Formats: sequence, C-alpha cells, structure tokens
Amino acid sequence: MNPKEYKYTQEHEWICTESRNKGKVGLADYAQLQLGDIVFLDLPAPGTQVEHGKKMGEVESVKAVSDIFAPVSGRVLEINQTVVDEPGLVNKDPYGAGWLVRLELSKPAELDALMDSEKYDKFVVQLSEEESE
Amino acid sequence: MSHHYLLPDISQPGKIGCSLPALDVPPAELPPRELLRQELELPEVSEVELVRYFTALSKLNYGVDTGFYPLGSCTMKYNPKWHEDIARLAGFASIHPLQPEESVQGALQLMFELQEYLAEITGMDATSLVPIAGAHGEFAGLLLVRAYHQHRGDRVRKKILLTDSSHGTNPASAVMCGFEIDVVASDSEGNVDMKNLESMMNDEVAALTLTMPTTLGLFDPQILEISRLVHERGGLLGADGANLNAFLGRVKFGELGYDYVQLNLHKSFSTPHGGGGPGSGPVCVKENLSDFLPSPLVTGSNGTYKLMSPAKSIGRVASFYGNFSVMCKAYAYIRSLGAEGLKEASENAVLNANYLKEKLKPYYHLPYDRTCMHEVVFSGRWQKAKGVHTVDIAKRLLDYGLHPPTVYFPLIVDEALMIEPTETESKQTLDAFVEAMKEIAREVEENPEILHTAPHNTPVRRLDDVRAARNPDLRWQMRS
Ligand SMILES: Cc1ncc(COP(=O)(O)O)c(C=O)c1O
Repeated sequence: MNPKEYKYTQEHEWICTESRNKGKVGLADYAQLQLGDIVFLDLPAPGTQVEHGKKMGEVESVKAVSDIFAPVSGRVLEINQTVVDEPGLVNKDPYGAGWLVRLELSKPAELDALMDSEKYDKFVVQLSEEESE
Repeated sequence: MSHHYLLPDISQPGKIGCSLPALDVPPAELPPRELLRQELELPEVSEVELVRYFTALSKLNYGVDTGFYPLGSCTMKYNPKWHEDIARLAGFASIHPLQPEESVQGALQLMFELQEYLAEITGMDATSLVPIAGAHGEFAGLLLVRAYHQHRGDRVRKKILLTDSSHGTNPASAVMCGFEIDVVASDSEGNVDMKNLESMMNDEVAALTLTMPTTLGLFDPQILEISRLVHERGGLLGADGANLNAFLGRVKFGELGYDYVQLNLHKSFSTPHGGGGPGSGPVCVKENLSDFLPSPLVTGSNGTYKLMSPAKSIGRVASFYGNFSVMCKAYAYIRSLGAEGLKEASENAVLNANYLKEKLKPYYHLPYDRTCMHEVVFSGRWQKAKGVHTVDIAKRLLDYGLHPPTVYFPLIVDEALMIEPTETESKQTLDAFVEAMKEIAREVEENPEILHTAPHNTPVRRLDDVRAARNPDLRWQMRS
C-alpha cells in the first residue's frame, strides 16, 4: 500500500482500491494530527450500505468527536477490529495498520471525483497556510 | 502526610473513631447468616485521622471561593453565601414534597413568583420550573416542540437544526427526543450563515435551536431575520438560554422571536455550577406552547397557591417539582438584586469579558474581532505554530494558581480558549490573569519546554488523559 496511489476526500478520508470495486478506507495523516490522540472509533457494521459523502461512523479523540464520511457509496465488507481495539493505530500508522473499513463499491465511477495524492497534498498545504495566517 | 493515601492505607485493626452508647434496648437475634451481607471492609481509623484526611483533601479543592475561575460557557460567578441561608430556612428545607398544599403555601408562593419573574426576564408567557439541568430543560423544550407539531397533525417535521458552534448538549437533547439533526454553518463573522439556513429550513424542520448569545460569546444581529425565516416556513425557534448572564434585563428572548428558552439557574441565578448538581433548567414558553408545559405548575389567585397540570401537558419530566433549593437561591438572587441590579450584573459581565478581550488580543489570536458579550473566544493558533498547544497553556495556568478557561470548545475555533470572567471579578483579578497570560505567551517564545511539561506546582503533574480514555479504570478496589 502506497499513499501516493490513494484517493482522498476534502474531509480527509482516503480510499485505496484493491480491485475495480473493492477498497480500504482510512483517515489521512492531516486528520489524525488535527484530532490528536484518538481514543474511540465507531465504525459501521459489516453489511451496512454507506453513501458517498454521508456519515458512516465517528472518531473520538481527547478533544472532540468527529464524523467519518464515506468517500464512495457501497457496502461494508469488513472492519478493522485491530484498530477498534487499539484506536491509537490511526495516529501511528494512518495509511497502513490504521485502516478502518473495507468497502465493496457500488459506483466505482465516484472515485473519479476524488483527489489524487498530489492534488490532496496541495489542498492540505493550502489549509495549513490559511490556518497560520 | 501527603494526600497520596486513602483511608484504608492507614487502617489498623482495633483503631476506632467513635464511641457507641451502652445498649439500652433488648438485644435481638440476627437473621440467619445466609441472609446477611458480607462484612464491609470499612477502614479503622481514629477520629483525628479522619479529620486530617478530609481536611487535607479539602485543601486540594479549587473553586470560586479560592480563586479566579474563567471557565467559558460555565458562568462560574461568585454566589453570595446569604442565598444558601435562604434555601436552608426550615420552611423551605424541612418540608416534605407530599405535604398538603395548605401547609406549604410559602414554598408554593416562591415557586409561583419565580415562574412569573423568569417569564418577565425572558419575555415569555409561562414557565415550568421542573427540569433539573440545562440539558434537561433543552430536552423538555424539544418535547414541547414535538407535542406542538403533533397536535397540529404535522408528522413530517422530524428534524432539528443547530449551529456548528452549539454546546454538545444541544444535539444530544435533540437525538434523545427522537429528532434527526442538521447543522447550520456559521459565517466568517461567527453569525448564522443565512444562505445556509435558507437552504436547510424546509418543511421537515421542527425547530431551530439557537443559543443566544452564541457559544462564541457573540450576539447574532440577524436574529429577527432568522426568526422570521424559521416561522414563515412553519418551524419553531428555541433558545439554549444558558448564556443569559450576558443580557439579563436588557434583551428578552420573547422579543427576539423565540418560542421557548431553557435557563440554567445554576449558572445565571446564584447556584454554584459544577460538581454534578443540583441544577435547575426551567423552560419558559410563549403562549403557543404553554398548554404543553411539563407539570406541575403553580397557580395563584387571591393569595392561595395551588399545583396544577396544563391542559395538554407532556407530563412529568422529574420527580415532584424539580430542584427546589436551587429555585430558592434564584428567587433570593432576583429579589436581592432587583431589576436594576440584574441589568448591572450583566453589564459588568460583558464589560469584564471585553476588557480581557482587548488586553489579550495582542498576545493571542482573536478569530472574531468584534464586541463580545459575556465571554470571549481566543484561538491558540499563534502558539500552535510554535509547537505549543492550548492544552499546554491551560496546564501552565495551573502553575500560576489560576483555573484555566474552557479549551477546545466551541469546536469551530482551532485550539479554542474560551474565557468567561463573569461580573463578580474585580479589575485587579482580571489584570493578574492578563499578566499570567502575557507571561505564558512569552514562555511560548522563550521556553516552550516548560509548557509541554506543565503543570509543575500542582499536587499531581500532568494526567494521562489519553490512557484514561482508552483504558478507563472505573472501580477502586481494596488492596489486600
Ligand atoms: C451553552 C450551554 N448549554 C447547555 C449547557 C448544559 O447545561 P447542564 O450542564 O446544566 O445540563 C451548558 C452547560 O454549562 C452550556 O454552557
């Protein structure tokens, strides 16, 4: 898995496709940095239908609870039980061991609307600049 | 001895802290052993050890009585001790909730008059004093919203709109009440984004809950326009009135177009806030909602006071009448300050917050640079750029003997520091706080490490809140 090949949302989720219609979803490094130490994850049960841009779960850090949005529509195949038991993995390894769910994509074409890593990096740089103004 | 011990640690068999009188009744047989609970492992200590233990603990307390407590959104003002005396008068403190009405006329009169005062202060038509916390009052208000729409035969309104700066209890209350929630954005000035509201305010929306002043400590000048839009589209407008301390006697929710408001008597009206209660969150409503109010209400005519239930009441939301002792203190507060006094209290609360805003603005980023109400929200982003976070600033303030402000709330302000000085603090105290904050801003530049490792002078050093949240240890067990 190489984050350079992932696709990203403006809400800082990533998706890494394994085949044309399956992929893993997680939170980007920027998200985990903003959230701080993550202490709890609420993920959709396998079988749940999720919808592009709609809330599919929650992440709780010592500072706040935030929504996790589905980067694309589809069905949850599997959740990462290891990260549920040890949410700090999202902080430690957001693009690897900290993945959240595996989805079966119902509309793979939705991927085209997401940012590639180059575009996403620029997006984050811009956000950080706005922030330190 | 340090405070790092518990009573069982100094327990020794045979030590005793009390002496029982000689038995003066015939001894009775104990029930069979299997019916008896196990012996409780109570610590055995002497009286003086017990006194020292609790005295040592009490010295670790920090409260409004020991120092400045600018915890934003919590209105940690000083409450005159005299109001406690009022609540403890035998006629208030020693009565039973099931006593006949004729025998508790004084208590009922107090409740009746408090209902009226709160309705007057908020510009509403009726008040129920029953809810026992701010969040509980929000919940009661939303039950009223639901009853109102159901009574009209409208069953499609299943949503509550909230703003993104809302206090966490606002969405929680709506969800508890069975509503869905949608979040309206704030604009760059910290006001409601009218375009966003316009697009979301449809016929599925039962009500908009809008805290006033908002949790950014700002008065939204578009409120009349907001009220018109919400009502035109068939919704109700509800206020989280927990920030009333900003405009007591100056602004009335009723005149702003609100249909209901919950108040936090334990913030604005002289009951200490915190420690888990008791609280009181009366809900005040316009006429359109008054028939649904939670029961009981107190009515009065010709000097006789009675309990009654409104025609279509949503019923009881708490046992008996709510937290009566808190009502006594609120009553004492309102009567002792009077109309002019209440206004003055709010004016000073707003003046104090603006004073801190102006004094601290050069040192901390002020995201909404405009006149604030009773509290001011800074952002720690300048310090964040230097690797120091708001949590470090908060911990460092403890070393200066000060209680930190509220941090990381409202959520829409990065690294938020929310400061509410309240009206009861003198200029001297405020200046001392400003000096400490300036000093800390200097430390961020010169010695950030001291912030990362703060606090240094407190009974315990920095607590591991991450570990506490990940592996909560919720039950103390006796070491054997
Ligand atoms: C703005 C606001 N709303 C609601 C509440 C909830 O009040 P309570 O803690 O009494 O439930 C608070 C608490 O301080 C508050 O600050």
